Amino acid sequence: MLNQLTYKPFGENAILIEWPSVINEDVLRDIVGYKRKIERLLKLQDIIVGYNSLLLVYNFEIEKFQTKVDFLKELYFQKGIDPTLNGVHWRIPVCYDSKFGVDLERISKHKNKSIETLIRLHTEVVYSVFFIGFLPGFLYLGGLNERIAMPRKATPRLRVPKGAVAIGGSQTGVYPAESSGGWNIIGNSPVLFFNIENLDPCFAKTGDKISFERISLEEHATIKKQIENNTYQLKKIE
Amino acid sequence: MITVLHPGIYCTIQDLGRFGFANIGVPISGPMDGHSASIGNQLLNNKKSAAVLEVTFGGCRLQFETDLTICLTGADFNPTIDGKLIGLNSVFKVPKGAVLTFGAKKYGVRTYLCVLGGFDTETVLKSRSYYKGITGHSYLQKGAVLTIGFNEPIEQKSHAKIKVNVQHFSTIKMSVTKGPEFELLSKKQQNALLKTVCTVSNDNNRVGYQLEESLENNLSPILTSAVLPGTVQLTPSGKLIVLMRDCQVTGGYPRVLQLSDAAISILGQKSAGDKVQFWLK
Repeated sequence: MLNQLTYKPFGENAILIEWPSVINEDVLRDIVGYKRKIERLLKLQDIIVGYNSLLLVYNFEIEKFQTKVDFLKELYFQKGIDPTLNGVHWRIPVCYDSKFGVDLERISKHKNKSIETLIRLHTEVVYSVFFIGFLPGFLYLGGLNERIAMPRKATPRLRVPKGAVAIGGSQTGVYPAESSGGWNIIGNSPVLFFNIENLDPCFAKTGDKISFERISLEEHATIKKQIENNTYQLKKIE
Repeated sequence: MITVLHPGIYCTIQDLGRFGFANIGVPISGPMDGHSASIGNQLLNNKKSAAVLEVTFGGCRLQFETDLTICLTGADFNPTIDGKLIGLNSVFKVPKGAVLTFGAKKYGVRTYLCVLGGFDTETVLKSRSYYKGITGHSYLQKGAVLTIGFNEPIEQKSHAKIKVNVQHFSTIKMSVTKGPEFELLSKKQQNALLKTVCTVSNDNNRVGYQLEESLENNLSPILTSAVLPGTVQLTPSGKLIVLMRDCQVTGGYPRVLQLSDAAISILGQKSAGDKVQFWLK
């Protein structure tokens, strides 16, 4: 599928490529395919992925913007877009106990749904990783069931704990580190989404899939210990 | 080596920054006033990538444990070595045991202590720039010992000095280009954005500078997309936030302007109450 893209200069050394303003898998696939082609040919300082955008950051000031755009457009229309994302499907353990899921009861009342239903709706979906931003290792996921979408809190919490699993509007995600934040907290994952000790500090990439798997308080504690001792192996779904 | 006798208000080690890790959400960092930091390294004949110490609002006290060649650039907080006032933008040899302190502000916010050979603190993800959760420390700690990189003996460069560019600290003009959402603003809003002399609010740090003035804003949020140091965001309440060197890699507010790198450096020397005006190139 080919999209109508727009190209804009962004500062002195970057070009912003934008897709139509929608969040969906087709756009994600198109972005990933285009990004791969660009990476194969250009040595850039950074490429930043958004829901419907790619920012190409060059190592130098861009003088001939239109020449660069013409080159990129030609590249886009060249055949060989890899249609598959080839991402890894990760199984992320989450404890939805009220000890962690401090906003579950409020959401349950607001949505007129039992906590059990909320958890089922949150765990039955396979989410797509669109990109990583906000904090190192914060995954922007697509796929939340609209029935459990929940407006952000009017006043953000100053301290959302590391590992908090939360819903903000029609998005869901896991806080990789303690931070302030306005999302509604429904659980906690012991998994480290950003670990500077690892060669690859964040295991997930744009185009990967995520499933949340419900675990008990005891399992949460066990996995946490295993992670501390470096004996935990993150599960993949084949 | 340098021992930190007093860590001051907020000091960080900075090199050019952490590039190539935006895909995992890691900010770039680097000196807020990259222009001044690079002058120091140039005067010392250091590599561009040599790490420097960014001292915010003076206040720190450092002891030199070995003979070192240094250069201070950026903000002037009446720096002294063993009580004797020293000039900025000049290369000095400092003897073992000497103590560097800062006094009252003359101009600017951030002073750069550059040393011959650069600071040799830990490199994480290809950079020494301090950042919470990435480097072991996110700001200088009392008692810390900072090691210095290999000291290539330089010739009698130790008299190298340049005059301070006063403009860099006094100008209120920030050169900008249009941000991706600039054209979504009405002509009236665009005019207001470029004509208003804005004031830096108390809410200013290495992540961003919020400005006090409000702008009429009827733009909807955008789908989360890339931002860069120097991106000017327009928040739903009409406040302007200028993102700085430690900013996150993506954001959801309309990006109305983009500061040039030179303008980011200029803004990095401003503090609450200072005036700024955007100047479209």
